[in-house]
Amino acid sequence: MKRDSVTQGWNRVLAFFRKAPLDQDLDAEMASHLEFAIEENVQRGMTPEEARRQAMVQFGGVQQAREKQRASRGLPFLDVLGQDFRFTLRTLRRDLGFTIVAMVMLGLGIGANVAAFSVVNTILLRPLPVEYSSRLVWIAPPPQKCGFSCATYSADAYDEFKAQSRSYDDVTGYFAFSGPDNLRLTGRGEPLPATGVEVMGNFLSVLGVQPALGRSFRPEETRHGAHPVALLENAYWKRQFAGDPAIVGKEIDLNGAPTTVVGVLPASFDFGAVFSPGERVDMLTAEILDDERSYGNIVTMIGRLKPGVSLGQAQGDANLVVPHLCWSEKQPGSCGSYADKNGGGMELRTLKEYVSGRVRRSLELLWAAVGLILLIVCVNLSNLLLARSAARSKEFAMRSALGAQRSRIVRQLLTESLILSVAGGVLGLGIAFGVTYYLTRAGSIALPLLTSAHLDGAALGWTLMVTVVTALLFGLLPGLKIASGPLQEAVKDAGGGAGKGVRHGRIRAALVISEVALACVLVVGAGLLLRSFLRVLDVDLGFQPDQAASITVDYDDSAPTAEAGEAKLAQIFQQTIARVSALPGVEAAGIVDYLPLGPNRAWGAPHPQGKTFPDGALPSPLVYVCSPGYFRAMGMRVHGRDFTWDDDLKRPNVVLINAAAAKAYWPGEDAVGRVLVNGNQQLHVIGVVDDVHASSVEDEKGWQIYYSTLQNGPNGAQLVVRSKVPPATLAGSVLRALRELNPSQPAAEFRPIRTIVDRAVSPRRFFVLLVGIFAALGLTLAALGIYGVIAYGVTQQTQEIGLRMALGASRARVQVGVLLKTLWLVIYGLLVGTAVSLGVGRLIASMLFGTQPTDGVTYAGMAGVLLAVALVAGYLPAWRASRINPIVALRSN
Amino acid sequence: MADSKLDLLQGTLDLMVLQTLTAMGTQHGYGIARRIEQVSGDAVLLNQGTIYASLVRLQQRGWIDAAWGTSDNNRKAKFYTITKRGRKQLAEDAVYWQRLSAVMGRVMGMERGGRG
Repeated sequence: MKRDSVTQGWNRVLAFFRKAPLDQDLDAEMASHLEFAIEENVQRGMTPEEARRQAMVQFGGVQQAREKQRASRGLPFLDVLGQDFRFTLRTLRRDLGFTIVAMVMLGLGIGANVAAFSVVNTILLRPLPVEYSSRLVWIAPPPQKCGFSCATYSADAYDEFKAQSRSYDDVTGYFAFSGPDNLRLTGRGEPLPATGVEVMGNFLSVLGVQPALGRSFRPEETRHGAHPVALLENAYWKRQFAGDPAIVGKEIDLNGAPTTVVGVLPASFDFGAVFSPGERVDMLTAEILDDERSYGNIVTMIGRLKPGVSLGQAQGDANLVVPHLCWSEKQPGSCGSYADKNGGGMELRTLKEYVSGRVRRSLELLWAAVGLILLIVCVNLSNLLLARSAARSKEFAMRSALGAQRSRIVRQLLTESLILSVAGGVLGLGIAFGVTYYLTRAGSIALPLLTSAHLDGAALGWTLMVTVVTALLFGLLPGLKIASGPLQEAVKDAGGGAGKGVRHGRIRAALVISEVALACVLVVGAGLLLRSFLRVLDVDLGFQPDQAASITVDYDDSAPTAEAGEAKLAQIFQQTIARVSALPGVEAAGIVDYLPLGPNRAWGAPHPQGKTFPDGALPSPLVYVCSPGYFRAMGMRVHGRDFTWDDDLKRPNVVLINAAAAKAYWPGEDAVGRVLVNGNQQLHVIGVVDDVHASSVEDEKGWQIYYSTLQNGPNGAQLVVRSKVPPATLAGSVLRALRELNPSQPAAEFRPIRTIVDRAVSPRRFFVLLVGIFAALGLTLAALGIYGVIAYGVTQQTQEIGLRMALGASRARVQVGVLLKTLWLVIYGLLVGTAVSLGVGRLIASMLFGTQPTDGVTYAGMAGVLLAVALVAGYLPAWRASRINPIVALRSN
Repeated sequence: MADSKLDLLQGTLDLMVLQTLTAMGTQHGYGIARRIEQVSGDAVLLNQGTIYASLVRLQQRGWIDAAWGTSDNNRKAKFYTITKRGRKQLAEDAVYWQRLSAVMGRVMGMERGGRG
């Protein structure tokens, strides 16, 4: 009868919460029962005493009857749990030192795990914060050495691809060359810098992003001559416009042009976090493709696959379309230039893979590292609990003698681990919350999506799982130990058999050895990453990032004719540089349009005059347009000569190239004085400069070519200032100087060049730092474990040591004995750990830079550190052993 | 003494209580326990105290009702009455037990070699 069971269940729950009245009721009822029985017995002729005795015999145990009734009316399982719980709290409070150590260890272990999970979940597991995440495809040429220009498409190619491809609902893209602070917001006090990215009109709808306010761009807003419009990033809207709910429809002044705010992006979608990690993006503006037909490769392409179309099918489709793409429809010769000879030329990846793929390995490593940490914590706690259970063996024996079942005692122990683990889990959640909070606000870490990391339901679920698994892991061994041993033994003899002590010691030694081995793996991993990181920092960048800083310069070169514009620009730059150079403390100043480690581009593939190279043998060098003085400001060595203010349009075209390009064009010869031909242009090489790491510190150096701002229009202006004084002290005077020349110069940031390099290496720094912290944590835990076992061993052997000392062993000898024991543990651990590390090293080889996975220094360092830590951990017990007073030790039992 | 008494099978005590209440009408715990002992000819091993676990269980299932009252000799006691649902349950269980005991009787009465 189902209904009756439900009624019963409900009544049981009610009864569970009404213990006291129900117990009173039962007691009254049982009392009346006995009265009836006594009365009847007396009537049969018994004496009152006999009647009472008989009544009690017939009734059976009063307490048993009470227990039985309680068990059948309430929730006995919860009652036992409650008892265990209260008992555990009492035990833990009594042993406060142990409790705190265990909680802190668990908190650190679980906290590290939850924080790592949040990061991994945000970057790797969760879909991108757009509706159609699973169907979005990043469409780009295969990786080449010529930077952004070889990773993007022209406006014509985009239109053609969109028209001919059959795999997509729609294709969108954005302008790939927007630098930081490329906009000037005016009309609200002093001009402010802002960063905007031009996106296609259909950008949001293809990705599946709903504006939080207002609407997306309309098709007419992407036509030539349209009124400028902008979509604000959520964070920028809050920061700059104080979250004005009526912002939609308002006009803001951008670069001097009134621009209508048509919408605000949702907080969940941060363009910068997805497409340019570590860089701030403040707003999206509408890209007007028709104005950019002659610009060359400028846009990225992102397609949304039709439902049911696989990546492979789309790739096949792309291979058919690529040969028909033209760089420019007006130049028939440019058609087919995107295809390579092997029928490829276009590589499709899921957008998710494009965004997160680069850091996948590192994140997996991070995850493994926190897993190791938790394992060490478990081993350590297992060890501590074993020591405790040995100390509590008498308590268990007593409880067993009083009728506690073995399963009940094991359950009690598991409850203890669970409570410890939950307390650790709560602490860990706090730690994880702090860590993720910090990470989301440390804007300079160039990891995608990091700003949206937070503790969500998945993270809470993960915490719960980790907590329970941890409790089982570290509680099971001591529990099983209790379950397998003869409980009553301990009650009989306080000393315990010698054999039992040895067996116990062996388990604990094995635990310590595994702990040392785990720590060993962590330290080796961290060591290898640290060595790689130091190598990365040591890389000759080709410029001197220290003592230099840059600022985005605003200028107005509008003029009636192109020639007049060029002349005006030359004058502005010359004045600016002269003015800034005159500031006290400034050593050199120069202007460039793109700084290293940022966006870059290429202009075709020039070839040396009079020489022929096979097709495709000369890749396109990256193009930088810079003013005289730039090389000195960046700290680049020039062989030959720098540009001068006389190298203008009336003179022959002059360029500088980097050493790698010079070597490719004129191997073994001096490039200075030679001529490069690009299309119909003759470029006179006047100097050779150092190879610069253009797109990444860790990549191989590519080819670079430098044009003069006097002969080629730059794409924006970054003023680089090299100074004798720290750059920060110059920020004010530089900005003042710029304002004097151009009152609308925005208060752009005066960024030390070092920060650009730091940002480029920030993912590596991030991982090294974290893995390093984990290794330190692992070492500390291992040291604690070693200390625990050795100290316990010394306590156990007090009598033996006392006896030996009574027989003449010196203090030094006792100390050495204990230390040797410590050393053996560590050496075993080292052997196991080294073997595992060698395997792990091979796994992470792809993440190392200039470091072998078998790097001797790392391994030697690891062994040294572990031995030192072990000796420190073993010294205290050894010292204590040597202080044992033989007489006291022998007298006591 | 214990050897000659029967251990109660799971659930049989509940059934006995229901049957007793049907036969005797309203009754208190002691009365029920004594009645079962008498009827069984003192053949069941029953600590009278165990009846209370059974009574609370039946009550929670809604098969019996309970109320404090006064006995004939003016003693306060808790009185139990079988409910309509209890009667229904008893009827079902009684059929089941009769069938089971009949089958058990036949099976246990099987002769050796009685192949048929």
